[in-house]
Amino acid sequence: MANSTVDLPHKGGFSFDLCRRNDMLANKGVQPPSFRKTGTTIVGLIFQDGVILGADTRATEGPIVCDKNCEKIHYMAPNIYCCGAGTAADTEAVTDMVSSQLQLHRYHTGRESRVVTALTLLKKHLFNYQGHVQAALVLGGVDITGPHLHTIYPHGSTDTLPYATMGSGSLAAMAIFESKYREGLTREEGINIVVEAICSGIFNDLGSGSNVDVCVITKGNKEYLRNHLSPNPRTYVNPKGFSFPKKTEILLTKITPLKEKVEVIEGGDAMEE
Amino acid sequence: YPYVTGSSVVAIKYKDGILMAADMGGSYGSTLRYKSVERIKPIGKHSLLGASGEISDFQEILQNLDELILYDNMWDDGNSLGPKELHSYLTRVMYNRRNKFDPLWSSLVLGGVKKGHKYLGMVSMIGLNFEDNHVATGFGNHLARPILRDEWHENLSFEDGVKLLEKCMRVLLYRDRSTVNKLQIAKITEEGVTISQPYSLKTFWGFSAFQNPTQDAEGSW
Repeated sequence: MANSTVDLPHKGGFSFDLCRRNDMLANKGVQPPSFRKTGTTIVGLIFQDGVILGADTRATEGPIVCDKNCEKIHYMAPNIYCCGAGTAADTEAVTDMVSSQLQLHRYHTGRESRVVTALTLLKKHLFNYQGHVQAALVLGGVDITGPHLHTIYPHGSTDTLPYATMGSGSLAAMAIFESKYREGLTREEGINIVVEAICSGIFNDLGSGSNVDVCVITKGNKEYLRNHLSPNPRTYVNPKGFSFPKKTEILLTKITPLKEKVEVIEGGDAMEE
Repeated sequence: YPYVTGSSVVAIKYKDGILMAADMGGSYGSTLRYKSVERIKPIGKHSLLGASGEISDFQEILQNLDELILYDNMWDDGNSLGPKELHSYLTRVMYNRRNKFDPLWSSLVLGGVKKGHKYLGMVSMIGLNFEDNHVATGFGNHLARPILRDEWHENLSFEDGVKLLEKCMRVLLYRDRSTVNKLQIAKITEEGVTISQPYSLKTFWGFSAFQNPTQDAEGSW
């Protein structure tokens, strides 16, 4: 049995070959490198005319903050945006992939993308990988059928909700939502509630911090308010600014203009079909 | 390991004293077994003790404290144990049990007023203790504390305090699976202790989006 090795080509999907090696290494005491997670607070809210998405901007690598101002609200389509929590690489890759798929689909059908399309594409992908792609997403957008807000969990299940939070700060943000949400919010009220919820996550959860990003999507229009609120400014700023002591000296300046010459060969070989 | 557990306790200092709220559920694992457990009890003349976590450990702590109060009364010297003293006593008890690897699996909230001085403190199951203007145990840590941090201020009136506690308990009702919609609010001031009758909160499930969430989004659930 051991000798008959007929190697079937991998049909795709996750290859679990290295899991045994990882287990062996873990038994010997080797820690796997910690991956960059966006320990996060992300929220979404449906208001009168559309959807508001909000996110904090801290990315953590274990106990260290590795990015103080990262972008967690990803573009999917002109009318659909997606916030991502979990492993940063997974959220980026998955949202980029589905964004391209949506673009191709738009070219194919000639219509504006619907939120349920993005939802189904993401859901199928995440379920396929059985939760190993650790991306927890809040997907929101306005399409021809109206405003929609969905949450997608790493194992592939989804929820359709009027207000949703994900990430480590989700409990703190949900506390604010549960006490303040009502139907028929106006745009200002909606943005205020979203900002309060993210601030609650920033100040009460260690995995979230820095600034607040807000994205407002309405029918035919979207506004990406990057760093809408910066409640954590740098306390002591050097008034002189940064000056680099040793400037590089210019010794010699020589400019060579490049001319583009395209030669057309008359009667050359015809291109192969 | 805990068998019958109580969910969370939230307490705040207000103008005249301390307000404490706890629901009345005792869960046996994931079953809601007991629906009328009083998790807040008055201790002596000056304090209130609320507990979340293992209920039998709470009852044992109550017996210990009863003995303490009894001895204190027997001295008959006009001075009685105040909340600060009880807090120290409980911290020592919890920490000692934890050192013997036999913890009392409860988180306690102790509040009281003595000689006009308000005191509100918490002891966790491993003996971690601190004193603050607003405390919460269990799930309340994650859900109620953000609300309290934002909306607490000095000199809350009784009505405002009750409203704030009800807001926290409502969020806990919505989002914690072991909370019951039957709660008691206890108040302690210089005059004495009042524990309200059990009552329930109004909840709102009528958001139109909840009625038919997928009406426009075909293919999702």
